[in-house]
Amino acid sequence: MPRPRMRICLSAALAGAGLILSGCANPSVGSDRDDPTQPVTLKFWHGWSNQAEVKAVDDSIARFEKLHPNIKVKTVNNVTDETVNQALRAGGDDAPDVVSSFTTNNVGQYCSSGMWVDLDPFMKKTGMEKTKVFPKTFLDYTSYQGSQCALPLLADSYGLYYNKDAFKEAGIERPPRTMSEFKRDAAKLTKRKPDGSYERAGFVPNFRLYQNSPDRLFAQWGPTYFDKKGKAQLARDPRSKQFLTFQRELLDAQGGYAALEKFRTKFGDEMSSQSSFMTQKAAMHLDGEWRGLMLKEGKAKFDWGSAPMPVPDDQADTYGRGYLTGTVAGIAHSSKHQNAAWELLKFLTADTDQVVRFANAIHNVPSTFAALRSPELDADPSFRTFIDIARNPHSQAMPPSINGGQYITALQDFSYNAEAGKVPDLDKGLRELDAQIDADNLQSVN
Amino acid sequence: MSLVESPERPAATAPRPKAPALRRRHRMQRLRTLGFLSPWLVGFSVFFGYPLLATVYFSFMHYNQIQQPSFVGLRNWKYVFTQMPLFGPALWNTLWLVVVMVALRVVFGLGIGLLVTKIKSGVGFFRTAFYLPYLAPPVAATVAFVFLLNPGTGPVNEILEAVGIPAPGWFNDAAWAKPSLVMLSLWGIGDLMVIFMAALLDVPKEQYEAAELDGAGAWARFRYVTWPSITPIVLFAVVTGVVQTMQYYTQALVAGKLASGVTIGPGTVIQPGYPDHSTLTVPQLVYSLGFQNFNTGAACVLSLVLFVIAMAVTTLLMRKRAGLLPAED
Repeated sequence: MPRPRMRICLSAALAGAGLILSGCANPSVGSDRDDPTQPVTLKFWHGWSNQAEVKAVDDSIARFEKLHPNIKVKTVNNVTDETVNQALRAGGDDAPDVVSSFTTNNVGQYCSSGMWVDLDPFMKKTGMEKTKVFPKTFLDYTSYQGSQCALPLLADSYGLYYNKDAFKEAGIERPPRTMSEFKRDAAKLTKRKPDGSYERAGFVPNFRLYQNSPDRLFAQWGPTYFDKKGKAQLARDPRSKQFLTFQRELLDAQGGYAALEKFRTKFGDEMSSQSSFMTQKAAMHLDGEWRGLMLKEGKAKFDWGSAPMPVPDDQADTYGRGYLTGTVAGIAHSSKHQNAAWELLKFLTADTDQVVRFANAIHNVPSTFAALRSPELDADPSFRTFIDIARNPHSQAMPPSINGGQYITALQDFSYNAEAGKVPDLDKGLRELDAQIDADNLQSVN
Repeated sequence: MSLVESPERPAATAPRPKAPALRRRHRMQRLRTLGFLSPWLVGFSVFFGYPLLATVYFSFMHYNQIQQPSFVGLRNWKYVFTQMPLFGPALWNTLWLVVVMVALRVVFGLGIGLLVTKIKSGVGFFRTAFYLPYLAPPVAATVAFVFLLNPGTGPVNEILEAVGIPAPGWFNDAAWAKPSLVMLSLWGIGDLMVIFMAALLDVPKEQYEAAELDGAGAWARFRYVTWPSITPIVLFAVVTGVVQTMQYYTQALVAGKLASGVTIGPGTVIQPGYPDHSTLTVPQLVYSLGFQNFNTGAACVLSLVLFVIAMAVTTLLMRKRAGLLPAED
């Protein structure tokens, strides 16, 4: 082929490819001009998969359909964030109208990308004052940089489960309230066999155990992850070093990281009857409010109780706090029935009767002021502990970030090394961690 | 001698004008060739050319798969090479697996192939027994291995402890995690066994007989008769093994997730590579960046790095024929 013709063909091919490639972006765009009183079928995707939980969702939908006979709702259960993310990017008629996520980590991503629509205009249209309906912490973790693209759909709070029989045997009268009490009690409760292996640990703090991720334990210190400019500030916050140093002390008080890590690998599945707390291999255990129901259903062979996690000695007045997270729900940007979708979302997240009934059914913490005060709420004292943690003003959720939970996984990676004693200089390590979080965030900025 | 050619005599080097009929025939011939090639051309363009072009394009863009892409120059490249601490471990693990896993699989596959061609009785049983594990779905096989090798409750460690051998942490120990994955791949060696078995059965028997008459021992027979005959198959096994291992994903991901003990639920944040990034491979990082963090640009950079390495290794192997075949002159 003569050169000029070849050049023309090559240019045309590149131009064509460029056009095709740029056409990959921005799939379908939804609409908020629908009439919510007209007959419509909505698609609601959620993550619940347990039979009882799915039934509770279906019962909620039945109550909604009774109130709104023109709206039919098709539910899809056991949906992960990855599926939601990919489906909403792909668009199409099968994409959901109302979506939910079991983690608050991705809210920043959902809001900043516009994948979940801003709900403020819908609240304004229907006269809902969000600050009067939802506690501030819950509103914080469902918004990002002024965009309220999600609302809390029940919450989870984390506290301490403890084996009362083991406490009695060790001569401990009440669950620990400060970190020094925690370390002392954990050491007292630890029982080792003659060969050095564990019969029982007081509290296995290893970050890889079940729900023990560092962000959850760190919440007891009340850290500030980002400064006002959005830069990571873990190195500048002295609590980061205090927390990681305490983790090492807690491990050492019970035999050290290596021994406890070996013990950890012998535990059964978290959700099974072979889990460490259920089999009494650990006398204290960090978990969410759902564990109480599991202990009852699993007929635990020991007397147990629940309490807030202890706090640092110099922050004793914050005792009662805990880590908060929860399910969040929003409206997909691709939904062509956004007003009808808002009716469903409003019902699920803000209708007091619905929120209380759903919370009782799946043993989660309700996420509205009215529901948290409701006399209809489950009166079980072990469950009430978690309601109180949720209401505590010092309780903390993870701040949303533009790239979802990437900074949390960076913190996890760093903490795994720190607890294993592989970070000789914590200050330097934390500075490097900050730099990495900032670099990751910058990557996500357009 | 005149510098001007006679108009009646065309220059000796000038092409003779083709007759229209000849030109038509040549054009038809080209079109026919193109017609036969077109299925491949379409497949190559759609499934290789376009994705490759798109990967190069997006490696220079910020693109979260929902907003319009925007040009960011070399930012993604700089991020991957200087600001992403997981890139180094992922690349190291991938190359480690390429070298160790491919080499051991070829040696083991050849060994099993030799074994099943030599045995006299129970041939069908042994061939089936060695081939069957290959048919197990990768996820199921990995789950079974992780349970068998569980340091606390697995039967393997119970047996080792009972006979007084120190029990490794297998998938829970950073030093043992990759060797455990290699063990898993050796268990499913059926594919290579079949290929090597076919190659070994294809070696002419007369050559063995002649070698025996010349007094060649077992090693000499293998070295001078078997090996030259099966080297093209060994080369094939090495090249396909390298390409497959560069894409190693499922087993490493499943093993890491299961061994970590974290319950995988809809809201769980799981960083692949447990323990201590020892099972993190580049394809896992590509998925994590591209479809969990939606950092398409960086994921494309990683894919291109993987592509270049795979191409370089394959080209090298094909050119040098991995020292297995005499180089073509």
